[in-house]
Amino acid sequence: MSLRLGGTVVLDGVDLVVRRGEIVTLIGPNGAGKTSLVRVLLGILPPTTGEVRRAPDVVVGYAPQRLELDPFLPMTARRFLALAGRFPKIRLVAALREVGLEDAAERQVRALSGGEFRRLLLARALLRDPDLLVLDEPFAGVDVEGQAAFAALVAELRRRRRCGILLVSHDLHLVLSASDRVVCLDRRLCCVGRPLDVAADPAFRRFFGAAAVDALAPFVHRHGRPDREENERC
Amino acid sequence: MLSDPLFLSALLAGALFATAAAPLGAFVVWRRMAYFGEALAHATLLGVGVGLMLHLAPQTAVPPIMVGVALLFALLERQAGVPADTLLAILAHGSLALGMVLLAWGGGVRLDLVGWLFGDILAIGERDLLLVGGLCAVVLGSLVVLWRGLLSAAASEELALIEGVPVAALRTGFVVLLALAVAIGMRIVGLLLVMALLVVPVATVRPFVRGPEAMAAAAVLAGIGSVFCGLWLAFRFDLPAGPAIALVSVLVFGSSQLLARFRGAATGGAR
Repeated sequence: MSLRLGGTVVLDGVDLVVRRGEIVTLIGPNGAGKTSLVRVLLGILPPTTGEVRRAPDVVVGYAPQRLELDPFLPMTARRFLALAGRFPKIRLVAALREVGLEDAAERQVRALSGGEFRRLLLARALLRDPDLLVLDEPFAGVDVEGQAAFAALVAELRRRRRCGILLVSHDLHLVLSASDRVVCLDRRLCCVGRPLDVAADPAFRRFFGAAAVDALAPFVHRHGRPDREENERC
Repeated sequence: MLSDPLFLSALLAGALFATAAAPLGAFVVWRRMAYFGEALAHATLLGVGVGLMLHLAPQTAVPPIMVGVALLFALLERQAGVPADTLLAILAHGSLALGMVLLAWGGGVRLDLVGWLFGDILAIGERDLLLVGGLCAVVLGSLVVLWRGLLSAAASEELALIEGVPVAALRTGFVVLLALAVAIGMRIVGLLLVMALLVVPVATVRPFVRGPEAMAAAAVLAGIGSVFCGLWLAFRFDLPAGPAIALVSVLVFGSSQLLARFRGAATGGAR
């Protein structure tokens, strides 16, 4: 699949599969087209060439990277969730509980912290019982403690709901600990594979700097799992 | 004064308009479309001019013409190349100027121009009242039906789109409603002041509400209150009614901001 926007090639020959029950992380430098790829997958942008195929009746839940509520739009967390559709109150409360926000239901959305707002967006995505959950930079604007809690929550959701999860992140730590497969994007796919293998890939090292990758090495070894995935080079 | 039929029909027309204008104005504020509304308001003079050329009475000709103009504006606004606010300024002034030229050409300058610019609520007769009431009912009814989708799109068009809300159709529908409201409001407070009754009551009640529905409802009350007080002042002191209503709404806004600040300071001190 390729995408051109205003004459610029944003995505070039990208091929990506996300299966049920797997966490795939999309990483890449700024301007690599990560968010554009997500928008194509979600059907917001039509690809210039190629296609997006979904299994029939797939429901997609999406937590965008950026969403700022207008300061003049007053809204509680629960009301924000209810925007997703006609859901009984009990489901709204359950979704808030699932992400640990049950006490924030009646608070104003704009008064939530960065981490709480991220979890609220996640709750809204979960409300639709998604088969595929797409989280764009879910760790942005969240403190370190919140990031670890969020990563644990994502892993827990995958276990409980058996949905596919596509994470977009530039944070190497969280990427390497949480995902089954890492896709490194720089307009084209530069490498795809298990976190550990991708971290060792020269292309990956070129983007993120060898020093940064080596600094992560001990961390990687603790979390790297010897499982099925092959390491593909593009 | 309350038994004066002139006062009562003016009050009824103004209150009807405020009731439709406030919830619509809430979306104007949330979607940041005040400038789009302002451009439409300027273009109502074009509506009057075109109506005159077609030998149609302005009160019936302006609403459908404005719907057409609004759809054209919405289409042009999306064309890349010129920033949206610059383009709206061009459209606003272009249509105001063209409207004035058409009026002069059709001999309509002798019509009451000040009435178009600042409203002529006292001239609204029984038949006009039916038209105003009918259009307000259409606007308000459509808003109630489209509320959830419009609100979801106002919070985030991207999420609304993914959740299956027909965002583009709603945007078009909203522009049509705004055009109708501006066409009605021009009769009441004039094309230069019509956006005041959409935007000011909404801004007035913001510090006191916790939800979007409460905000719209409170804004309706603030709008009707401004209409009542403005009309009362106009009758009592022989002031132009449209400007009196708009001025009252702005004064109420100022007081509400002071009150909110005072209240904030009071609760802040208690903590």
